[in-house]
Amino acid sequence: MDTTVTTEIKESTWGGGNRPLGASYGKLMMWFFLVSDALTFSGFLAAYGFSRFKFMETWPIADEVFTHVPFFHGNYPMIYVAFMTFILIMSSVTMVLAVDAGHKMKKNAVIRYMFATIIGGAIFVGSQAWEWATFISGDYGAVETNGGRILQFVDAETGDRVALADFAKSIPSERVEHVESNGIWYYGEGTRTSFTVDEVIEGFKANPGLAIKTETINEEGEKVVLSRQESLAKLADASQVVEGANLIHNEYGSRLFADFFFFITGFHGFHVFSGVIINLIIFFNVILGTYERRGHYEMVEKVGLYWHFVDLVWVFVFTFFYLV
Amino acid sequence: MAHEHKLEIFRGLWKFKSNTQKIWGVLAFLTFVTAIEVVLGIYKPAALTDTYVLGMKLLNWIFIILTLVKAYYISWDFMHLRDEKSAMRRAIVWTPIFLVLYLVFILLVEANYIFEIYKDGFIKWNF
Repeated sequence: MDTTVTTEIKESTWGGGNRPLGASYGKLMMWFFLVSDALTFSGFLAAYGFSRFKFMETWPIADEVFTHVPFFHGNYPMIYVAFMTFILIMSSVTMVLAVDAGHKMKKNAVIRYMFATIIGGAIFVGSQAWEWATFISGDYGAVETNGGRILQFVDAETGDRVALADFAKSIPSERVEHVESNGIWYYGEGTRTSFTVDEVIEGFKANPGLAIKTETINEEGEKVVLSRQESLAKLADASQVVEGANLIHNEYGSRLFADFFFFITGFHGFHVFSGVIINLIIFFNVILGTYERRGHYEMVEKVGLYWHFVDLVWVFVFTFFYLV
Repeated sequence: MAHEHKLEIFRGLWKFKSNTQKIWGVLAFLTFVTAIEVVLGIYKPAALTDTYVLGMKLLNWIFIILTLVKAYYISWDFMHLRDEKSAMRRAIVWTPIFLVLYLVFILLVEANYIFEIYKDGFIKWNF
């Protein structure tokens, strides 16, 4: 109810003694923040939709990008992100149970449930970090054309992706490293890929069983695989090797996909992280008995609202990034 | 603040004895919906991906509707909107819905236009 300031309830209606929404100041302000934050996330997701509609026929297919599960080898689309979703929903449940225990003034139950919530949040953030690391390091490698499009390599028979390391030829060449001592204007050397474009092209020519998978999506919703002749012709456009993803290059396809992935899941992950921190603060307050002395656990309810909101946003991110 | 909770979901079809039970019931429902989404996302039934409704695959409509269903139960039962006054509930819900629908409409129509230009116009970008 009245959180920290004891106000006179008997004030006149126009003197502030009226509560049309039946909610305390703090709770209303939390809702104000959540509505504006919801609009921020909607803006991001709408921008993602914009870019996706703009490149409707060449957008990466999420099922082909996020296929990894920690400690398991193989192709498991969706499984890990479904696990993350479940963890987050579960931590939302323990949070709402903490709020419920707070209403009943059960301090120890609040402590237990809040602790479980914090653990759930930490697992989620950790999973997201792992997902990022996997996405950044990439798995098969690809080449980028002059126009910035991505060409991936597949087995012409099965259609399975083939890693660059499995076919690229090793062509020994002389390399002179530019060092700071002999340059007036010195730039450090950037990241080097494991293979040069020539090594990949020669390796491709030497393996007749390989074909190129383009970014284009056909009517069945699958990426177009070129014939051997088309592949060889297309490979002439290759300008550089791409391994993994960052904000400029992305071996999975459109670079905008990587940009939005980092931006939206990053912003959401930051929310989860700050939610865990805020939960921790409230958790210690509960242990110290702050709300027991205050006479109510509304702070737990307010931080709970924020936590559920994080879950709510994830439900949308999950749909628009991984499902649709 | 009143701590009464409305203990029924699905318009009274499913009633709970206590708030705690309702929370577990909602969790079961949300998990069920997520499981449906994941299974559909992995198998992508051809019947759903080949049917188009209003220019979008039926499967994607199902995903979006199920998402909104989940959002409803998260905000109504976990965030206690069900127990708030209806004026507050409407202020919170309709403001974003109106603004987001407007923004999404504008951006997607514009993006579709740019897509057509890239496809049929004299712009070479896929090389």
